[in-house]
Amino acid sequence: MIGRQRDENPAGIHLPLDPLPGHTSRGRLERVLRRGEFAVTTELNPPDSADPEDVYNRAKIFDGWVDAINAVDASGANCHMSSVGICALLTRMGYAPIMQIACRDKNRIAIQGDVLGGAAMGVANMLCLTGDGVQAGDQPGAKPVFDLDCMSLLETCRIMRDNGKFLSGRKLTTPPQLFLGAAINPFAPPIDFRPHRLGKKIAAGAQFVQSQYCFDVPMFRTYMQKVRDLGYTEKCFILVGVGPLASAKTAKWIRSNVPGIHIPDQVIKRLEGAQDQKKEGKQLCIDIINEVKEISGVSGVHVMAYRQEEYVAEIVDESGVLKGRQPWKREIRRDDQLVADRLDSILHDDITETQVDMVRTAH
Amino acid sequence: MSETTPAITQAILVKKAAPKSDYKPADVSPQRRVQRSFAVRLWSVRHSRLLEWFYARFADMFLTLHPLWKGIGYGRVEGPIKFVEKRVKGFMFDCRMCGQCILSSTGMSCPMNCPKQLRNGPCGGVRANGNCEVEPDMPCVWVKAWEGSQNMVHGDRILTVQKPVDQSLRETSAWLRVTAQAAAAREAAAAAKNEAANTGASA
Repeated sequence: MIGRQRDENPAGIHLPLDPLPGHTSRGRLERVLRRGEFAVTTELNPPDSADPEDVYNRAKIFDGWVDAINAVDASGANCHMSSVGICALLTRMGYAPIMQIACRDKNRIAIQGDVLGGAAMGVANMLCLTGDGVQAGDQPGAKPVFDLDCMSLLETCRIMRDNGKFLSGRKLTTPPQLFLGAAINPFAPPIDFRPHRLGKKIAAGAQFVQSQYCFDVPMFRTYMQKVRDLGYTEKCFILVGVGPLASAKTAKWIRSNVPGIHIPDQVIKRLEGAQDQKKEGKQLCIDIINEVKEISGVSGVHVMAYRQEEYVAEIVDESGVLKGRQPWKREIRRDDQLVADRLDSILHDDITETQVDMVRTAH
Repeated sequence: MSETTPAITQAILVKKAAPKSDYKPADVSPQRRVQRSFAVRLWSVRHSRLLEWFYARFADMFLTLHPLWKGIGYGRVEGPIKFVEKRVKGFMFDCRMCGQCILSSTGMSCPMNCPKQLRNGPCGGVRANGNCEVEPDMPCVWVKAWEGSQNMVHGDRILTVQKPVDQSLRETSAWLRVTAQAAAAREAAAAAKNEAANTGASA
């Protein structure tokens, strides 16, 4: 007998949950955060293929360790499977994806259509991003769209959800039920504007935010102090971005080539001094998680382990952030077995009888 | 969140393919090509308080001239005013003629100069030295906007959430639109006041 997991629709894992009072979405992530539990999210490395198995295999290693999976929208302006496509596959299997929407590639007409489409597929969480410039990616000759920016995108989604209207004012028959997210980067200039910018995002509709990679905990602590003073931690769930660095060389490369990621010298020194740099990178990530989870106002972590996805489970396990709680996990259920048993005969029986034969035997 | 990008992008390959002296039209973005110096734009940001004061007087003057604009017809003055506005603001702020000017809310730093045309604050890619992630030698428009707004009397206007750009207003005069709107608001207020006085008198 397989017991039912928490936050699961009894009629089927792919179905949305019953709405709770005060909740704006029917997803698991919002439930976890509103219950006050420490949430863990991660990022799925989007495949460069048309095979759904690639997505399922990459999602499978997170089973039972994360509360939601970010479906990235051509991050770094590089072409990959679209976030809508990934969400379509993940929702079908009962995963809780966070659909990322970048303003770089789509105008307001396409974006509003995708919001409706995503919500219809059962996507409960959407992350509104500006997106990297096209110059950063593999197709610098593309036309940058940037019709909306992350702020007006958040507001657009909020208007669709709360007012049941498109940006044009035209009515929606059924508004999408969404938990809206945004990104923050407390580590880039202008530093003293950053907390106010979070305030702007909350005003525009952000309910949770995921931060850029945090490697400088004192800097993050100062940021959080300011955010708490402004009273934003009561209005918004803050998830800190963390991740393992593969080596000191990678760290240096990221520091000089990826704008917006701040890596202090002592982090690089610590990695250089280690015997096994990869292991040290993982340990560093765990140490940072243990430090940031104590900061008041932090509601969870967002583990980004690009090309080291197999470490996510270890990092979550060893840091003990879940405190024994097990997030949703894809399991074989009793009715799955029932369907499999019934359909097995169809799959394996050798049916060679033609319609002509059927008529003949009936006489 | 941005993931690590591959070490060699196509743009780098194109750049490396030819020696430095060769003609490489794709070396700078189209945005950057039209103006290579930011001196005047940065001066405007440094003197944001003065410009704020000046613009307030200037807008008042335009509003006083409302009967004149109305007499000639807003449609007819649009051409010449736009001609002047485009050149003056183009010189001072590298204006892009979006037609819905928000310079007073952005510390006199024109947000349309941002390669992503962000109107609500800096993206997460600002370099540690305060330069743009897309144009490494250009100071971030929003770092400058924050500096400029700190000098201004109504600097906290930078905290209001701006609506998306209405692309149908491109290449139109923002000065005339603001004036027409202010005049309409003034007339509406006067009408409401009259009505209140009339109902008060009759009651």
